[in-house]
Amino acid sequence: MSTVATSQIKLTPEQARPRASVRSRLQDALPKIVLAPSFAITIVFVYGFILWTIYLSFTNSKTFPSYVITGSRAYQRLWGWTFDTDPPSSWYTSITNMGIFGFLYIFICLALGLFLAILLDQKIRGEGVLRPIYLYPMALSFIVTGVAWKWFLDPGLGLEQTLHQWGWTSFHFDWIKNKDFVIYTVVIAGVWQASGFIMAMFLAGLRGIDGEIMKAAQIDGATTFQLYRRIVIPLLRPIFLSAFIVLAHLAIKSYDLVVALTSGGPGGSAWLPSNFMYEYTFKRNEMAVGSASAVIMLMTIIAIIVPYLYSELREKPR
Amino acid sequence: MSAVTTPARQASGGVNARIVNRIVIYGLLALFALFYLMPLFVMLVTSFKTMDEIQNGNMLALPQAPTFDPWVKAWGETCVGLTCAGIKGYFWNSIKMVVPAVLISTMLGALNGYVLTKWRFRGATLVFGLMLFACFIPFQSVLLPMATILGSLGRFGVSLQNSVGTSFGLGNATVNLVFVHVVYGIGFTTLFFRNYYEAFPTELVKAAQVDGASFFQIFRRIMLPNSMPIFVVTVIYQFTNIWNDFLFASAYAGTGDAMPMTVALNNVVNTSTGVVEYNVNMAAAMIAALPTLLVYVLAGRYFVRGLMAGAVKG
Repeated sequence: MSTVATSQIKLTPEQARPRASVRSRLQDALPKIVLAPSFAITIVFVYGFILWTIYLSFTNSKTFPSYVITGSRAYQRLWGWTFDTDPPSSWYTSITNMGIFGFLYIFICLALGLFLAILLDQKIRGEGVLRPIYLYPMALSFIVTGVAWKWFLDPGLGLEQTLHQWGWTSFHFDWIKNKDFVIYTVVIAGVWQASGFIMAMFLAGLRGIDGEIMKAAQIDGATTFQLYRRIVIPLLRPIFLSAFIVLAHLAIKSYDLVVALTSGGPGGSAWLPSNFMYEYTFKRNEMAVGSASAVIMLMTIIAIIVPYLYSELREKPR
Repeated sequence: MSAVTTPARQASGGVNARIVNRIVIYGLLALFALFYLMPLFVMLVTSFKTMDEIQNGNMLALPQAPTFDPWVKAWGETCVGLTCAGIKGYFWNSIKMVVPAVLISTMLGALNGYVLTKWRFRGATLVFGLMLFACFIPFQSVLLPMATILGSLGRFGVSLQNSVGTSFGLGNATVNLVFVHVVYGIGFTTLFFRNYYEAFPTELVKAAQVDGASFFQIFRRIMLPNSMPIFVVTVIYQFTNIWNDFLFASAYAGTGDAMPMTVALNNVVNTSTGVVEYNVNMAAAMIAALPTLLVYVLAGRYFVRGLMAGAVKG
């Protein structure tokens, strides 16, 4: 203010013009200035860090990061472990578990979610009560889910004990303590948590289907089963895709559930690659190997997500 | 509805078949409701039982003599690692971490969404795409560099503390977690607001611009007053995610006083010393679950919308 007042004496027009243009140029740049910090943060802390992790995976970092490139030793070790089945290496266990868990988790969630959504779409009384019941586990943390199911599946306290008390004494269910079956308990808890959400996705999809198509098919004499198989499920294809992406992404990132439910399982038998990465990086002082496993996880996600995002973003501009 | 559209099938199928059909559907729905409710039910009843009753009774039985002691003990006395002062401190740790992280990431998301939709520039889609992809990376791929950076910032904080007298929050584990959650949360918040503002009439913004309103005036006077629903969705989404986070929490505040609730709960449950007090464990788990459950009960609709927006839209 005071500078304007003093300068008014002589140079008003000349000074006002550049000043206004600086201001207006600032105004023009303002949106970018506002966006810049977030973008910079993303570039540095996401993409920069990813490069950093990739770099570390080519060093011989152990307890502390080392920045001398020593080649692909970490990957060679992982690759060697991939076939180390006798006794199974931690990496072999982790990726096998990932396969079992990923497949069952995604498949059961999709099947159960679709099944429940179709049931709920039959003009059910009390839908408003049932839907939130199916969906609430999604609001819980994996840790709470793990604690609840750990208790529920404990042979001495949970389901087995309860059925014994009810007279079914031959019932035997100790998967959570069995190194060959512990991963399936992770599937059970994971499905319990996410299937309700998948149900909600399918239900939203079902509600979006044009009622006229359904009516026409019904008038043509299609049975309910035919109606769903031939018309409804094909129309839900985009939902299947989205649900698959969500589930695949959740499955690869699953870490907490294994920790809380099984503490890693007997001898690390419930590990997923995420657990492998954490243990090797922070507990076993094998930073390079841990980084290499993180890179492999990232590549898997990229293979799934990038084509999806690309197609989603491509369709957008109109 | 179906009665009107399928009169022929009604007549031939008969009323009985229809009733059986309905019974099967409702039976299945009820069965699945039991499946989803069971763990919560067991957790809840166990948290009100005495240890005696747990060891001798049935998991599904209601507590004979309901007691609040496990809850009191979990809140104020149970041991987390070597400190036996309950989980209350960790509950507050989580609150102290969640509130700023949610507010900052939501505000940034709103601004970003506003810029990306109403002030488009060349390359905006690329910028958005890069930020969007960041939502999907496995955090394992940034975990170690972040730990290294936070470690050196901590050391810098200590030297500042010694020279200037304050560390400006550098090295404080809660501050670190807020930072981490903001960094890896803005992708999602930006996505939410971008998709919401995309449908917002650009003519209104143009008109205000013609009237001489500035960038921030338009944001404050036009966008914000119309953003209530997406704010609720975003805040709930971020709150749930950050409250429930375990990976960052255990990596950057896995030990020490700033430990958030999820890590503390895991420590309580997986402690190997002494008698395992299942009732106290369950009470602690319930306490950890309550905030997000409460949000779900009060604003379930918005919760679901947030999940959907995070899942379906790109």
